[in-house]
Formats: sequence, structure tokens, C-alpha cells
Amino acid sequence: MSNYLETKFNDILFKNPVIPASGTFGFGREYEAFYDLAKLGGLCSKGLTLEPKSGNTGMRLWETPAGLMNSIGLENPGIDAFIENEWPHLKEIDTVTIVNVGGKDEESYLTAIEKLNAIDAQLIELNISCPNVKAGGMAYGIKAETAGEITRKVVELSRHPIMVKLSPNGEAVADIARACEAAGAQGISLINTLQGMAIDYKKKAVVFDNLYAGLSGPAVKPIALRMTHQVCQAVKIPVMAMGGISDWKDALEFIMAGATCIQIGTINFNNPMAPLEIIDGLEAYCIHEGLANIGEVRGIVQFKI
Amino acid sequence: MAVILSNTLVSAGIFKMTVAFTGVVKPGQFFMLRAWDKDPLLSRPISVHNYEPGQLTFLYQVVGKGTEILSRLQADDEVTIQGPYGNGFPEITGDLCVVGGGIGTAPLYYLVRHYRDQNPTGKCRVYLGFRDIAYGVDAFAALADEVVLDVGGIITHKLTVLPGETVVTCGPEIMMAAVAKAVPAENTVYVSLEAHMACGIGACLGCTCETRSGNKKVCKDGPVFGREEVFNV
Repeated sequence: MSNYLETKFNDILFKNPVIPASGTFGFGREYEAFYDLAKLGGLCSKGLTLEPKSGNTGMRLWETPAGLMNSIGLENPGIDAFIENEWPHLKEIDTVTIVNVGGKDEESYLTAIEKLNAIDAQLIELNISCPNVKAGGMAYGIKAETAGEITRKVVELSRHPIMVKLSPNGEAVADIARACEAAGAQGISLINTLQGMAIDYKKKAVVFDNLYAGLSGPAVKPIALRMTHQVCQAVKIPVMAMGGISDWKDALEFIMAGATCIQIGTINFNNPMAPLEIIDGLEAYCIHEGLANIGEVRGIVQFKI
Repeated sequence: MAVILSNTLVSAGIFKMTVAFTGVVKPGQFFMLRAWDKDPLLSRPISVHNYEPGQLTFLYQVVGKGTEILSRLQADDEVTIQGPYGNGFPEITGDLCVVGGGIGTAPLYYLVRHYRDQNPTGKCRVYLGFRDIAYGVDAFAALADEVVLDVGGIITHKLTVLPGETVVTCGPEIMMAAVAKAVPAENTVYVSLEAHMACGIGACLGCTCETRSGNKKVCKDGPVFGREEVFNV
């Protein structure tokens, strides 16, 4: 097999830069009916918290033009159940494994991180950006100072490299990314969902029990692309970008903006085969353009202001 | 992709679409349908109204942009279908009583047909409730021992369940809750839930419902549940 798409994220070798995004892919099992997960560049777990979470009540999904609002609320089995029931399956898949971790306070983050020291994941995605639970980490993620503080503590405690997943809903995202880098983060992923709101005019009521919800899908792509570019300009650590990527051309744009890897989220619901089609599309692009590796176009549009 | 064999108006806002499909399809299962690219973004979960080898039929109500697009498709057009998904109804061996409300009658037809095939001598009674206009009643009448119809009222007011009958209900949640409450505890009751879904396969957790045994996914663990699981009875 050719290595047009082989990508190094620090010293982690991905067979391709395409990873399904946390929260859109469960723990992978549901998609095994569609294709061999080993074809993916990596797998990222559903967002985990120390304790099991039953998630938000009421409506959890609301479509918008070319977008989707969700208010899942980090429903997950908790770290212990993940390690016992899901990790043995996940780790056998021949691809890079990423574990996404959120928390409600410093202690819950650190205890979760400590428990994860027992497994051999290749990367931890530190979720400080879930907009859908009142204590879902976004409180840390919207300010550079607190993002840096929690990142530093997590980095000190973890035996895994830490990639911090940033929110588009706070201070200038490049400032937050710099703070995480200075605190020892070894990567940045972005963007988590954009906080939005929906009203059901027929019911004269808000749609979501949690009032605000996270917007994703093709509708958010230009914002995600802009923020990816800003962060890639601001930090030296690699960036894993996402936000509305629905085909290989979208993926390529994020790579051209400077992203090392890309994550595929909401479009999985529209087309379960999307990640594979994106991998195939990127490879065909390399061949067509005479590239030895996709990395040759990474950051090609960088434009210093 | 499946080729559409027919797609016709049945009643105001109600359409019946038959597509070419062969597979193993249980009553109570559903498919995710899409005939568009990215707007709307998601596919639409539609229950199976009938199936025989080569022909898969959906009876659906136009409620928004997606179903509106589906309603405009014609024979020989193509529609993307994924499925079948969901657990479907259990095999019912004793007597059967179904209670359907509105478009919730759609999956019950295939259930009754399947039941009739499997239990030629079993008794099957059908209650159908509609808000304004009834549809599909004759099809049930051709298979069932008795059909009780209600238009504009409350179907559960007419409901009498006989000893030994297994009750299956699908329709507005308020109706299913009333059925769950009205039927004697000795009778088994199954309900088929509806939910907004993104993936249809259990990955997104958008259709989670609370049950007696914790959170369940309507798409994967359901849509069919025992009444005790999802209603306080």
C-alpha cells in the first residue's frame, strides 16, 4: 500500500489523517457493519467522564439548514466501564486509538486521567469544550488562563500525550491554543460545536431542556476553517481539525489551512461511509496532483497578517 | 439506492411508497430514507408498512422538508435506504390486539399481516384511531377478525382487551401511555416509540429514552419496548 496519506502527529504515525470525531461514532462498534475500522487513520472514543452520565433530558437533536444541533449531554458509561467493556475491543483494532475525556471539575478530570494511565491509548483528547452540560468542561475551555491551568495539571499526571479540544465559544481561540501549548499540550483539536439556540414557534417554547445546544455540520465549516487557520498560525504543536467536513475537498481545505489530521463528525450520520470516501478522495488527489504525500500541501495557504 | 416502484397519495398528507428491495425485514423495524444530499442533513427514519420479497413499502406522513421531498418522488426515481434497523415486534403466538393512532398505524399493518401468516387460526382484533380522516382501514379489515375505528375521538375509550390477548400499540405517545395504563396487568403490552434520530444505528445517542432499566436507544434497543419499561403503569 502506498503512503500518500501517512501522517505523523508528533511521533504518532497515522496511516491516514482521517479520524471520526468523538460523539459521532460511539466506540466504533456501530460502524463495523459498514466497513473495517482499521482503514481509518484513528478512532476516537465517545466523550467520557469519570462517573457514568445519563445525558440530557428532552429533545436532543434539532436540524438546521445544512446543520444539526445536539444536546446529548455527554451520555457515557463512565471511565471504569469504558476500560472494562469498550477498551478491550477498541485496542484490538489496528489503528491509532484516542480517548476523549471531559469533566465537571478539576478533581474529576484528574481522577479520570489517572485511571486512564492503566491503558495504552496513543493519545488523549482533553475535552474542555462541551457546551451541553453545565459542568462539561466548557467553563475551562472558554478562557486561556483556565484552559492552561487544567491542561498543565492533566499533562503532569498523564502518561499519555494530551491533545486539548478547544471550544469556539470563548476568548480568541488562538490565545487559548497558545496557553494550552505553553502548559504542555502536545496537540490541539478544534472546533467543538458552536453554541446555539432553537425555539419551537408552534409550542412557543425552547427546544432543548438545557436551553442552548451545540451546532455542527456543513453550516459551521467556514468558521471552523478560520479558527483552524488561526490556531495553526499560533502554535507549533500539531492540530487535528474538524467542523463541518463532509467530503475530501473539505478535508483538503483544513489541511491546506495547516491541520495535520482531520476529524469527521456530523456527516457520519448523513453518510456512514464518509470517512472512507474522504480517505479515498485524498489519496486520489495526491495521485492526480503528483504528490508523494498529502503533507506537501499542509499549510500551503498560510498567510501572515 | 433503491428504485421506487410507486409513490402515491393515500390521504391528505399521507403517502405510500414501494421500493424494490429484498432482504430479511421484521415487522416493527424501520429504514433510514434519504433522497437529497446535505440539506436536510439527516435521513428520515420510516417504519416498514409492508414487505414481501422484492417489494418494501413505507406509509408516511409529510411533516417537514424531508418527507416533503420524499412525497415528490416518482416511480423509477431512486431513494437511498439504510436498514432494516431496530428490534421489531416479538413473534406473537396467542391472540393479538393492535391499537394504532394516525400514522402510527403504518408498522401495525405489516405486523398483522405477518401474524396472520404465522397464526392462521389466531384471533386478531384491530383498533384504529384518526384525528380527521381515516386511511388504510380496508387493508386491516381484510386480515383482522374485528376492526374498531374512531375518527376525532379517543380510541382508548372504545378499547376492550380480552383475556390472553397480546396488545401492540403505536401512535402518539399520549395514546400509547393511555393504552399502557388501560390494559389489565395480565395482558402483555408492547409499544413502538418514535424519536428524532441522527444515525439510526445507536452511535449518536440522540434518540435515548429513559426506561426502567436505564437509558435505551430507541433506534437500536427499540423502537419496540414492553410497556413496563417505558411507561409508569
